[in-house]
Amino acid sequence: MKNVFATKWGIVIVGGGIGVLAALLQFWGNPANMGICVACFVRDMTGALGLHRASVVQYLRPEIVGFVLGSFAAAYLFKEFRPRSGSAPVTRFILGFFSMIGALVFLGCPWRALLRLAGGDGNALLGLLGLGVGIWIGTLFLKNGYNLGASRKTYTAAGWIFPAIMLALLVILLLNPQATGDPQSGVLYFSIEGPGSMHAPLIISLVVGLGIGFLAQRSRFCTMGAMRDLILFKQVHLFSGLLSFTAAAFVMNLLLKQFNPGFAGQPVAHTMHLWNFAGMVLAGLAFTLAGGCPGRQLFLSGEGDGDAAIFVVGMVMGAAFAHNFGLASSAAGATSGGITALIIGLVVCLLIGFTMREKVQA
Amino acid sequence: MEQLVDARGLSCPQPVIMTLNKIKELPEGEIVILLDTDTSLENVKRAAGSKGWKVVDLQAESEDYRLVIGKQA
Repeated sequence: MKNVFATKWGIVIVGGGIGVLAALLQFWGNPANMGICVACFVRDMTGALGLHRASVVQYLRPEIVGFVLGSFAAAYLFKEFRPRSGSAPVTRFILGFFSMIGALVFLGCPWRALLRLAGGDGNALLGLLGLGVGIWIGTLFLKNGYNLGASRKTYTAAGWIFPAIMLALLVILLLNPQATGDPQSGVLYFSIEGPGSMHAPLIISLVVGLGIGFLAQRSRFCTMGAMRDLILFKQVHLFSGLLSFTAAAFVMNLLLKQFNPGFAGQPVAHTMHLWNFAGMVLAGLAFTLAGGCPGRQLFLSGEGDGDAAIFVVGMVMGAAFAHNFGLASSAAGATSGGITALIIGLVVCLLIGFTMREKVQA
Repeated sequence: MEQLVDARGLSCPQPVIMTLNKIKELPEGEIVILLDTDTSLENVKRAAGSKGWKVVDLQAESEDYRLVIGKQA
């Protein structure tokens, strides 16, 4: 059967659909210019579990659960569930870790960078420029033989583990419902102010997440891949999805009166241009070395890729460190700890890129 | 001699890079590419097509794909 979602128009329609849903999620209660942010939402989930205690960013985001389970369903339905693992797990963990550090210095994953732009946040331009530079550096490594090696087929049950974890988190959320004005419900933490307190109703977040997970698995939507393929192969396939994602969110923001152009005072953003840029250089490089943006890593996890799941676990750990060690930026700007971690992350990613190369035949 | 690219187990974009490297070596002929995900299959077909190579044969062997692409000068 031909996969219509992976065609030229398929990716454009899926990208546009996700853009519309992202703007709507914001309209339904998610934070401004953050209808969907994979990095921010993974960070919020980390906080909801008490793995960091930044009280303004704690909420177990059902969208993330939906992304993985939607992809899982699509993979099964279309016989693409491929349990596999064993391609440099610790390296992928570290890449996930530092990608989160970079994203939290900028304050957003690539999806949110595009959504911030679509909402009028000029600072996103610096982030996107940084993302492009980070990905470009990554493509230089790819051209010179960088390769984390092959994964191997593994047991079906192994491919179920990550989706099962997501299902367990959903059950925990349902068993510990949020009580208005209470920062804790059973084992979970809930922000009562700040971005973590802003969210669409649970069922809407979950259903939209499942839908996006399903469509993204079918279409292979990936923001990093979009820029990488453009730079590396001069291919516009995934990039057309990225463009329609941004355009759709922009139009929806205009319709919903969510478009506010400017640099200063943008929601959950800061104006330190250098660190907005550099944060996304690190994130873009880490995504490229790991083969996918955070969203794509979730979708791959859903289709049985244990290495992508390890990347996500690395992101969780990165988020915990980012907030426990004061590395994440805030509206006030980047922190000195964040800048130090960013530089360490860049050095580590460059070392990974230089040292993990197969000899290229001339 | 059969030109073979074994990209099984490798994730995006390695299968495409390996295929394009092989295409660079060959002005024409046939290349056999072994793949194990639908995503890789789509990506490799798209990349090969953009270089003027056509799908000659495609067979599913258990969970793997054996793709043959060709180009005549």
